[in-house]
Order: sequence, then C-alpha cells, then structure tokens
Amino acid sequence: MIVRGDIRKGAYFDSVTLMTVGKEVSAMDGVIDAAVVMGTKENKAIIETSGLLTPEFEAAGDTDLLIGIKAESDAVVQQALAAVEELLKKARNRSDDSGASNPLSLESAVKRLPDANLVLISVAGRYAGAEAMKALESGLHVMLFSDNVSIEEEVALKTFARERGLLVMGPDCGTAIINGVPLAFANVVNRGRIGIVAASGTGLQEVSCIISNEGAGISQAIGTGGRDVKKEVGGIMFLESLKALAEDEQTDVIVLVSKPPHKEVLEKVTKLVNSISTPVVSIFLGAGEEGEGKAATLEEAALTAVAFAAGEGVEAVKERLSIRDKGIAKLAGVRAAECRKGQRYIRGLFSGGTFCTEAQILLKGMVSDIYANSPANGIGQLEDSLKSRANTVVDLGEDEFTVGRPHPMIDFSLRNKRIDEESNDPETAVILLDVVLGYGSNMDPVGELQDVVREAAAKVCVVCAVIGTDQDPQNRSRVQEALRSCGAIVMESNAAACKLAGYIINGMEPGVGVRS
Amino acid sequence: MSIKNLFKSDLKVVNIGLSSFKESLDDVGIDAVQVDWSPPADVDAQAMAVIKAKSAEIEAANAKAMEKILAGMPQLIGLERAIDVIPGMKENLILHAGPPITWDRMCGPMRGAVMGAVIYEGKAKTPEEAEKLASSGEIEYAPCHEHSTVGPMAGIVSASMPVFLVKNQEFGNTAYCTMNEGLGKVLRYGAYGADVIVKLKWMEEVLYPTLKKAVEKLGSIDLKNIIAQALHMGDEVHNRNRAGTSLFYRAITPAIITTCDDSKAASDVLEFINGNDHFFLNLSMPACKATLDAARNVDGSSVLVVMSRNGTDFGIQLAGTGDEWFVGPADVPDALFFPGYTKDDANPDIGDSAITETNGLGGFSIAASPAIVQFVGGSTGDAINYTMQMYEISAAENNVYQIPYLNFRGSPTGIDVVKVVQKGVLPFIDTGVAHKEPGVGQVGAGVLNAPMLPFQKAFEGLAKRIE
Repeated sequence: MIVRGDIRKGAYFDSVTLMTVGKEVSAMDGVIDAAVVMGTKENKAIIETSGLLTPEFEAAGDTDLLIGIKAESDAVVQQALAAVEELLKKARNRSDDSGASNPLSLESAVKRLPDANLVLISVAGRYAGAEAMKALESGLHVMLFSDNVSIEEEVALKTFARERGLLVMGPDCGTAIINGVPLAFANVVNRGRIGIVAASGTGLQEVSCIISNEGAGISQAIGTGGRDVKKEVGGIMFLESLKALAEDEQTDVIVLVSKPPHKEVLEKVTKLVNSISTPVVSIFLGAGEEGEGKAATLEEAALTAVAFAAGEGVEAVKERLSIRDKGIAKLAGVRAAECRKGQRYIRGLFSGGTFCTEAQILLKGMVSDIYANSPANGIGQLEDSLKSRANTVVDLGEDEFTVGRPHPMIDFSLRNKRIDEESNDPETAVILLDVVLGYGSNMDPVGELQDVVREAAAKVCVVCAVIGTDQDPQNRSRVQEALRSCGAIVMESNAAACKLAGYIINGMEPGVGVRS
Repeated sequence: MSIKNLFKSDLKVVNIGLSSFKESLDDVGIDAVQVDWSPPADVDAQAMAVIKAKSAEIEAANAKAMEKILAGMPQLIGLERAIDVIPGMKENLILHAGPPITWDRMCGPMRGAVMGAVIYEGKAKTPEEAEKLASSGEIEYAPCHEHSTVGPMAGIVSASMPVFLVKNQEFGNTAYCTMNEGLGKVLRYGAYGADVIVKLKWMEEVLYPTLKKAVEKLGSIDLKNIIAQALHMGDEVHNRNRAGTSLFYRAITPAIITTCDDSKAASDVLEFINGNDHFFLNLSMPACKATLDAARNVDGSSVLVVMSRNGTDFGIQLAGTGDEWFVGPADVPDALFFPGYTKDDANPDIGDSAITETNGLGGFSIAASPAIVQFVGGSTGDAINYTMQMYEISAAENNVYQIPYLNFRGSPTGIDVVKVVQKGVLPFIDTGVAHKEPGVGQVGAGVLNAPMLPFQKAFEGLAKRIE
C-alpha cells in the first residue's frame, strides 16, 4: 500500500467540486482512499484521521490544494493523480457558449452581464462578506448562501443595503424564489400572488411547495437567513422584505416564516403587519401564537395563505385539517397494532433544520422523553448526536455532521447508515424522515433511499414527507410513489408525518408493542 | 435598483461559488454568469484597510502611471560598450538578472554566467580561477534593473560587453541590454566553456561594430512599431520573437550592406541574426524597460514597473514604492523539456525577461501567439483564456499593442498589485528554462504563475507608504 501527497500552491476550488472529485477518484480500482481538499486546519484534521496527512501537507496553507492518495501500487497512484488533474481541469474550464472562460471576479462578470441585478454568493464564509459588500457597492442585490459570516459583518452588510434600498438575503440563506426563479436550494413552484418572507430555508420550501401543490402560486419568496430576526440584526431584512412585498402589486397575501423572533424584532414586525393592508399569515414555529392569520404549522400557514388569496377565511382550513388529523389517528391505530413487542420510540432523521424543529414542537404535545441534537424549548439535549435516546429527533444538517462532507440533502450516505442502525434497534417503532426535492438537492433521492427504506420498512414504520413539486427535476409524485412501493408511509406534509408518528406511539401502551 | 424594481425586472445573476447553482439557473433559462472565484491573498488586515480607504487616490496615481507607460516611445538609437554608457558601471562590477543577490545564494546557471564573464573580461584563465575570483569579494554584483539595464536568463553584463541603447523618446530615459547570443551553450544559461567565450569575442569584435555603424546610419529604429507588428504576426515577444527578429532584419539589412566594408563580416552578421529567432528578445526587453522606467516614482501607484527573477528569488518593484524590492522564492516553471531532460533538471525561474509581461506582452499577450500554445497545455482556447485572465489584474489596455484574435483589443497592460492580491490572480509568465547546473544551458521552455509572496509584500509596502 502506498500513500502519496501532492500540493498545488494557490489552486483554489470550491469544496463541492473537490468532494465530487475526491469521490470519483476514491471509486477508482485500486484506490483505497483519496482526499482532494484545500489545506485548511479543519481539512488537515480530517485527512489526518484517514491517514492521508503527509509531512508536506502540514506546512500547507488555506489556499493550497492538497491531493492525498492511498492506493495499492504506485501505478494506481499515478493514474489517480492524472484523474484528479483531468477532473479539476474540467471543473475549472467550464466555458460558456462563446468559448471564453469564466470571469475571475465580480468586476469582470458585471462587464460580461452589464444589467446583472443579483449576486448569488456561496464562497467560504470568511471571504463571503467582502464579496457581498463589493456587490452592494456596485448596486447589486445579494443572496448570501455562505454561512460562517460573522454577525458584525451581517449587520454591516444589511445596514449598508437598507440605506441603498438593496436586498441582502442571508448569510446562510439556502433558498429563495425571486421573480419565479428558484435560487440555490429551491423548488419549481407556480407563480402566483402569495409572497413569503422567511428566516428559515426549509420552512420557505415547505410553505412554497404546499401553496403550489394546492394550485396557488408564489410572487416572491425571500429568505433572510436565520439570524436576521435575532436581536443583534434586529430583523433589518425581514422588515425590508415585508415592506417590499406590501408595496408589490403582484402580492395579495404575505406569509412570514421563522423560528420565534427576538422580542424587540417581533414588536417591530407586529407593528409593521398592523400598518399594511395586505393580509399576513405568520408561522413563528414554537411561539404558540394564536389568532387570525397565526398558524401552528408550516402546512397550516400555507393552507391559510391559499385560503386568504382565494378570499376565504380560516374556518375551512381548520375544518379540513381537523378531519385530516382524525384520519391520521385512525391510520396510526392500524400501524400501532402492527408494531412488535418492545418497539416504542420515534427516531426522526431530518435533513431540514426547520422540519426537525417542527417535529419537536408537534411531538412535544403527543409523546414524552424527546431528545434532539438542536433541542427546541422543552426538549432534552442529546448527549451524543450519533446515539439515539428514547424519542429522538436529529437534524443531520448541523455542523457536527456536515464538516468535511456535503449537506444531507445532497449526500444521503450518513442518513442511510443511520436509518439502517435505527431500524435494527428493537426499541424503534417509527423512523421519521423528510425528503427535500428541488434544485440543489440530490437529483436521485429514490435511487439513494429505496434499498435502505425497503429493508427498514420490513422492521419498523417508516413515515416520511416529500417536500417538493411535480415540476421539480425529481418530480414529487414519482418520488412519493416509489417510496410507497418500498413500504414507506408517505404523508402530505411534514406536520402530517410528525402527527402520524406521534399518534402511533400514543396508540400503544407505554413500553409494550401490541403484536408479539 | 430598489427591491420593488427588482421584482419588476428580468432576473440576471452573477454566481460566485458553487457552479451547480449556475447550472440550475441555466436550466430555467435565466441569464447568469459564473465567476471562477479565487480567495484574495492573505495580507495584513491593516494594510487591506488602508488600501481600501485610499482606493480613489491609488486609482488616480495608476491612471498617471499608465499614461506614462502607454505614451512610451522606445527606439534603438545605438550600441556602445557597457562601461561607457550604463550608469554606475565599473570594471569590477557585474550586473545580473532579478533582485539583489550575493554569490553564495546564486543559482548554478547564474554562477556559471558570472564565471564566463570573468574569463571573458580576461580576469581569469580557468573556470577554477574564475570561481575563486567571483567569490572573493573583489567582484561587485548589482541587479541590471538598478542600472537601467535588463538581461535575459542570468542577465550577466560585464564592463566590456557591447550593449544596445534603447531610448524612450517621449521621456528621454534610456535602457540597456546585451546582444542575444543565440541558443545552445550560451552565457545567459550559465555556460562558460571556450566556445562560449569565442562567440562573445566575435560578438564584440564583429557583430557589435557592424551593427553600431548600421544603426548610426539609420539614426534610430522604432521598436514600439516592430513589437506592434510582431504581435500581429504570431509573436508575444518573450518566448517567440521570430516575427520581431524578421522585421528587425528587414530594417537593418540595407544599412549593414551600405556601411560594412568587409563583405565576410556583413555576411556573418546577417547569417547570425537570421539564424537566431530570439535576436529580437534583447530589443523587446530594453524597449519594455525604457517604457516602464518612465513610470517610476509615481506616488501612490500600485502598478508594477519591474517583475524579475534571479534563479533564486522573484522580485518586483512598484511605480509608487521607489527603489524598494519586494521579494520571495522563485518557482520552477511547468515546461516542455528538451529530450533527455525533466523537471528535476530545471532551475527555478530566472531572468529579467518578465519585463515583457510587466509591459503587457509575453504571457499577457499569449493569445496573440498561437504557435507557442503547446506550452500552456495545447489549445488555442487556453492561450486566449490566459490573456483574458490577465485583463483581471491589469490597470489598462494598450493603445498600440493589440491582440488580433480578440478583435484587436489592446493587450492587458500594467500589472496592478492591488488587483493581484484582492482577486488572488497571479501574473502569467512564459519563459525559457535553464538547467540547474552551470554550463549545461537551456533544457526547455514553459509557463508559470508568479509567486504570491512578493505581491503580498508589495501590497503591504504600498499601504505603509500611503497610510
């Protein structure tokens, strides 16, 4: 066995490109392991554990590309290095139709596209703020997908943008739909007259998809990044976006989606909502707000907005959901009866952070002993994110899972492994999943999930919600159908899936499965 | 554009980062441009703040520097012996390429060239004697660049060597360069054998007087004009000088015929120039040097006036930082090697010839030179891309030097250290490669990016001066 390292000084590539290259090279015959990473401290720690850290690598810096190959022979190493070279070259020289290579800076990109109006930034967080500021200085709106941008930078960017009437979505804004165009991780939804402001990416996806699947449509869906509604940022972009939608002639109803905003921010939002004529539906997950237009779940918010847009009230929505929930309870009874002895817990494995939060809030009222890696109010902190305890809901998009690997919406391997583990735990009764479709997400979720779901569904209840639309490249109906044929119970929304899971556990006597 | 107006416009997106986002936008038919982004070079935060705060002043200074560079009028006006014309030249002084360096740190080819020059000057009879003298402290060393001179590869200039005089007619300054010896075992690649010395003596005794008389007869030869034409004929005047040499040959031949009484000498000289495709390199280099020297000492300017290597270090100077050198280690070029040689034989980058890139030629104009694109990986498209990338770090586009393929766009001219650091994009240089041992000569030709360190230091150096 041979370990070889190669350093390319100053050769920068984004992490997704590098992970794709690393994956392809690792799959080559004779290659035992391969790492293609930038020489950051974190990456060096990762490759050290896989035994690919050579002494030369230790001296490398953030902007140096490290290529480590562990292989059976020197010939394979050479082949692997050549493959890396070829793959990187392809990634670098992606030309547009004119045959010219891509510009290397915003400055030249704007020369190429003189009427550009939005800059989508997804470079490493420590550089992203400076790029965003350059965009704002050039009078361009910004969507900042990158995370790890400091809160001071966020405030500076948003304050600067507000003075100039510009939009800053993010940092850590995973999704938006502007003028009908899905940006980053977003779904293909109908255009329509409902506008969304969201400090929660997956929340925005769920609400916009349900609205679209109900036959209504989206005018604009603006993400602000989760920190916008915290005290330090003061809801700058949440408020600016709300104002813009209130003034927008194409928007008849506005939905606000967020975890509970800071008290001061909530006051400002409430004041603004009361001052505008456009009807507003809000879902501040876990805030427990009640009243006209205040929803308890993402699903309810979406359906209420659709009702408002059609000039109807909330009563029909409440009625519909209450009938639906009775159906869920009935289904749960059937499923609970099928559980084996000793099966008694829910294991929720989420790729979307907001779905994980919504699950905790809904399950809190239905079952006890809930633990999470990012617990909501009243939920226990999981000591080890990798080990479930009683009823457990895990957000696999949290940092402890994503360092050095793509987001679980792209790379299913970690969650699949966990599904397998949980299904073999004699105490697991229900595995609860979200499957998020749309641009940015994995293009073949069925291919990734079918084997593991089929095996798991033979042992436990697999309950899932598929977030997306039939216009998404993955096609929601097709995915739902395929998952059902693997034995999963596919629900219409995350809320419905969570409720089913809760009712199943509720329907059993504590600690005792009905079937032996 | 306000948020409200954004809602009413067609969305047009610049995507910086994950290229899959751009592909999704392509899918739904949205106009989007992908930026192949690199992180900025790591520099002191305080320096970055100063440069940002003073950006308007820097831009104004750069405009002034570029006005001078673009107005340059380099013309060959004569030939003389180094000691008679080069400012500060003296008997025991040897000029070399690149930033300052002492004998003990000189690379193999530079040491070999110094030994050859010592023998040529008659100060030593054998290589051993030459080496002893060269390291004794009796010989002084200085960069060519500090004496208005440039030299390719080792760039060695000693007192009695004949040099071209290239005058910038617009500003009155003059630059100097020796005559090109041709390929094979030559002094500039560190060869110092008897045949090298014999050729140098022939150049001094036959080539020099013949050319001197011919240039006197012509008065001057406009080098800017020849370079502009050569770019239209497939040269980038650094690694390819075939067109430039041919144009020079056409200009000088009638004058040689009329001024040289000795027909054997005339014929030998013409044969020599005709047989050396790089003859014009030693004219394009001082033409660039004379042009750039006029932009020295423009306070606050971040434009490079020197980019140069001595085979050990890579050094640059800025218009706005006086005579200060900013230096880092020189890298080994990626090259196409002559049969029998590999990268293990190659010396790190060496020579003042990167003065051509500093003036927007060479690697910066490689799109004009499809014949040498095998050095950049094969395709004409690659060469075009390299030139396109150099626009990113250039302060201006040339008013006279043009790239035919790019619809006669002016070549990217005037390297801006601020852009280099902020965009993380390094100057692209094409170059010859010397064997790392003295006396072997050229082993290949290739391309490389300048190292970042000198640019980081220059950025911080400029910030210190203007804060």
